[in-house]
This record gives sequence, structure tokens and C-alpha cells, in this order.
Amino acid sequence: MARMATRQRVVVSTIGAWFFGFLIFFPILWMVLASFKTELEAFAIPPSFLFFHWTTENYATVQERSDYLLHAMNSIIIAGGSTLIALLIAIPAAWSMAFSPTKRTKDILLWMLSTKMMPPVGVLVPIYLIYKSFGLLDSRIGLVFILCLGNLPIVIWMLFTYFKEIPRDILEAARMDGATIGRELIYVLTPMAIPGLASTMLLNLILAWNEAFWTLNLSTSNAAPLTTFIASYSSPEGLFWAKLSAASTLAIAPILVLGWFSQKQLVRGLTFGAVK
Amino acid sequence: MGQITLQDVQKSFGPVHIIKGADLEIADGSFVVFVGPSGCGKTTLLRLIAGLEDVSGGKILIDGKNVVDTPPAKRGLSMVFQSYALYPHMSVRGNIGFGLKMAGLAKDEINRKVEAAAATLNLTPYLDRKPRELSGGQRQRVAIGRAIVREPKAFLFDEPLSNLDAALRVQMRIEVTRLQKQLGTTAIYVTHDQVEAMTMADKIVVLNGGKIEQYGSPLDLYEKPANLFVAGFIGSPKMNFVTGEHALQKGAATIGVRPEHLKIERDGAGGWQGTIAVAEHLGSDTFLYVDAGQLGMLTARYIGELSLHAGDHVSLVPEPARIHRFDASGNAIRS
Repeated sequence: MARMATRQRVVVSTIGAWFFGFLIFFPILWMVLASFKTELEAFAIPPSFLFFHWTTENYATVQERSDYLLHAMNSIIIAGGSTLIALLIAIPAAWSMAFSPTKRTKDILLWMLSTKMMPPVGVLVPIYLIYKSFGLLDSRIGLVFILCLGNLPIVIWMLFTYFKEIPRDILEAARMDGATIGRELIYVLTPMAIPGLASTMLLNLILAWNEAFWTLNLSTSNAAPLTTFIASYSSPEGLFWAKLSAASTLAIAPILVLGWFSQKQLVRGLTFGAVK
Repeated sequence: MGQITLQDVQKSFGPVHIIKGADLEIADGSFVVFVGPSGCGKTTLLRLIAGLEDVSGGKILIDGKNVVDTPPAKRGLSMVFQSYALYPHMSVRGNIGFGLKMAGLAKDEINRKVEAAAATLNLTPYLDRKPRELSGGQRQRVAIGRAIVREPKAFLFDEPLSNLDAALRVQMRIEVTRLQKQLGTTAIYVTHDQVEAMTMADKIVVLNGGKIEQYGSPLDLYEKPANLFVAGFIGSPKMNFVTGEHALQKGAATIGVRPEHLKIERDGAGGWQGTIAVAEHLGSDTFLYVDAGQLGMLTARYIGELSLHAGDHVSLVPEPARIHRFDASGNAIRS
């Protein structure tokens, strides 16, 4: 009786949830609306919410001034590439730590996480100089490399916690059932690890897609992903709200769509192990 | 065939010696139970036989062939785990048939065998369910089904019933024993429950501190325990041990008498005198815990109801033929 869900309570909490959901979503909505306004209306006070002159001219200008497709392609390559390489390194690493831990495993995990505690700006100058001497500035491969390294600790941690949840007994049962290591991987481990792998991959994709510090500092045009593309609209010539909004909308659209279709996996990934 | 021989099998984890040289001969078709207190190495010994752990020394022969370098997949044994260890993403059918699939059998042959195994275990209605949709007892049955369907040389059971409730455990105990007799396959069964050991085994291996203390039939162990440890471990309630003068009179350092071999007399002057500290009346049995002064606490068992209560004075007379004698190092003295 202590937790009886009365009708009233359901209504109140539903309204509350929608309210906070809307509050969080509002800036994005406002950005999307602004992208369809003229520059003048985007600044207007009081602002008009829906009743303004709808226009797509910002999108046209943005596409004209800079090559959206090039930057989008860069983003895909950089986010996708860094995620893929991070997974390739992280899977065996997490695997060995989860299934044959040594007494140092805990320390190694903590050490890896500790690298995320340092502000990236602290190593900007050395990294910049290294990239300069190796000719990696404004190159896709350079960005793939730095984002991969940046997210690797998180990827390993996430996979480690997933793999840890797979009971050893089940793997041993497969071995007793006559499965070789390869078949154990294909028939038992992978199916059990897929949800974990998927949510790790998605989260890492999103992190890499939105990463702005390194991409802004290490790329200018050729290798510039969408983050740099957005930033180019807050330029010394003045702030163009509507065009900036159009650029931002274009930049987040792909990842928003991806996130929308994979929200189940993402939520599972973020709350994994918390609820059993 | 499933004859398993251990020759001086050793296992250490780092500096810790877990198995200190085990020699054992398990006949084909027999049901052998490894029993002992926790940490005695019984599960390790089973895992060594399974191949899930590598031996540090010695030989394991299955049908005469040394298998210490053979991976578990190739030893032809099947195992039932304490946690059941079912594949969560597969149906019951998939779980039971997995070993056959790995062996490369044709699909309809797998189906035929899986269905036969499921019928034996009353699992037919659940074949298309996932493990999470089953009760504990049903999961246990699936784990057993997975083990029997492959027709292995031997079954290895690692405390398979310890997660079940008491009533179900007794029922499964009987089912497992009957199934093993029916199939005639060698079985090695690990448990810490000496009642399971006594009721299921053809032969019991009592382990303690990584050593085999005794290997024999349940009644052998009950009637002729090799040493103090086995004497104390097998039998419930525990055997009474008496040292000092009473033991010396019998020419031993310690003598042991089982609670059921103590005759309880209300006003006797002979035997061991004492006062009842606790009396347990179960209807079928009466257990008396008697404070016998210098002899310590003694336990006596009476079959049926005996109306004695705490504080009553009794004398306990051991049956002369049922007194076990042990020397100073704890080994049984046979005369």
C-alpha cells in the first residue's frame, strides 16, 4: 500500500516529466526555429514563437558559404573512425581485464580513468607542436587519433563493466559443451555482449561527434568536422544568429536521428548495472 | 566407458597448495561424491578433472588416456554448474542442443535427441522458453538435460542442488540418482552436504585441506572411519569424542561413539553420567545434549520419543562393539 500509484499521482508526475523534458529540449527547439527566421527576426524582441516569416534562405546561404557535405563527411569519418579504432583496442583490453584479472588490474583501470581528470587544455601546446612537426594538423587521421585516445579510457571502462557482468560459469559451460574458443566467442560471448558493445559504440560516437576542443584547435578547413563548421559562424564579422542556428541544426541532425532510433540502447548503456 | 583415474594430482595457486597429491580410481558407471568442508579443494579437484583448471602436477586418466593437456572441450565430460550457467540468449532447446551443435550433428538428429532428453526431464512444454522464464528447479533440469544429451563419458556435478529450497533438493536428489542409475554413466558429484553424499553415492571421497582422507562406500565410512576427521564429518549429529582416562582404558588416545550408539538410562549408575542441557523432540527422534562434566558435551540420539527434559539426570552407556578407537595422531586403530 505504501507505493500505490493513484491516478492523481500519475497525472501530476506525467505533467512534471513533460514539463522538464520540454525545458531541456527548449534550447534545441529555439535553435531550430531560429534557423528558419530571417536574421532580423532572430534578434527581434519580443521574439516571435511560431508566427514569423518562415524561410529556408539560411540553409541556402550556409550551404553556399561552406561545404556542409564535406564537413559532415569529416565528422562521420572522425567520429566513426575513432570509435572503431577505440573499440578494436578496448575489446581485447577490457576482455583480458574482465576475464583474467591480475592484482594490478584495478590500478590500471584507475590510472586510465585518471587521464580523463586532466583538463585537455593542459596538453594542448605539446600536442599541437607534435602534430605540427608530424604534419598532422588539419588532417582527418590526426583527429581520428586524438579523439580515439581521448575516449579510449571511457570505452575500456564501459566494456569492462559489461564483460564483468557475463558470468564465467557460462563461458566454462560452453567450453564443457565442446565449444572451441572461436565458437565460444561467436555463439556465447558475442550474443551476450552485443547490447553492451552497441551502447558503448553509440555513446562513443556521440561523444566524438560533439567533441569540440580538439577538433577546433587542430583543424581549420580540410579536415574540419561539423563542430568547426558551426564555430565558423561566430566570426569576427559579427554573430549571425539565424545562420549559426541553421549550421547547428544541420550539424546535430544526423546524430539526433541516430540517438532517437537508439535511445533504448543508450538508456540501457547509461544505467547498466544500476538496476538488476 | 568412463573410467577416471587420478595419479598424484596436485594443484597450487601461486604459493598456496590447494590439492596435495590426490590418488583416486573411479570405476565406470559409479556415482562418486566428493565431500568436505568449504575450502577443502573438492570443487578444485572437480575442475581439474573437467579441465577448467590446469594441474600443477600428476596425471588424470580418462579410460586410460592421460588428459592433463587436453582442453575441456575434448575430454568428453559434461558438467552441471552450481549457478546452472544456462545460455541466457538461447531457448531451452538451444541450451540443451548446444553441445550437439558444437559436435556437428545434423539438425533433425539434434532435435530428436533434445526432445528425448526433454521428455526424460519433463521439460517438453518448456522447450521454446528462455531460461529467465523458468523456475529454479526447471533451470536445474535444463542444466542436467544439457549434460545428459551429449552422452558423455562422465557427468561432473558442482554442488548442483545448493540453490534449491529444501523440499525441491530432496526431490532432485532422488531424480539425479535415478537418472544416473538408468543411464549407467559415471558421475562425480561435489557437495558439502554429507546427507547428499551418504544418500547418493556409491562411493564417497572425503576431502580435507586438499588431501583425500578416505575413499569408500557410504556405510564403510560410517562404520569404519579411517581417522578422526572422517569420523567427525560423516554422520549427523556428529560423533562424540572422549579423551583421557576412558580412552586409555580402551587402549586409545581418543574414542568415538556415535549419538545413536549411546544407550540412555534414566537412573543408571554405570556409563557416563551427566545432566541434560538441551532436549530436542522431533517425534521420530529425540536428541539429547548432555553435559557430562569432565567428558564435555555429549550428544545422544534415541529413535522415537523419549520423555526426558533439560535438567534431568541421565547416564549414557556406549555399545561396546560400536566404540571407535583412534591413536594419538588421529588414525583409527583396527583390532
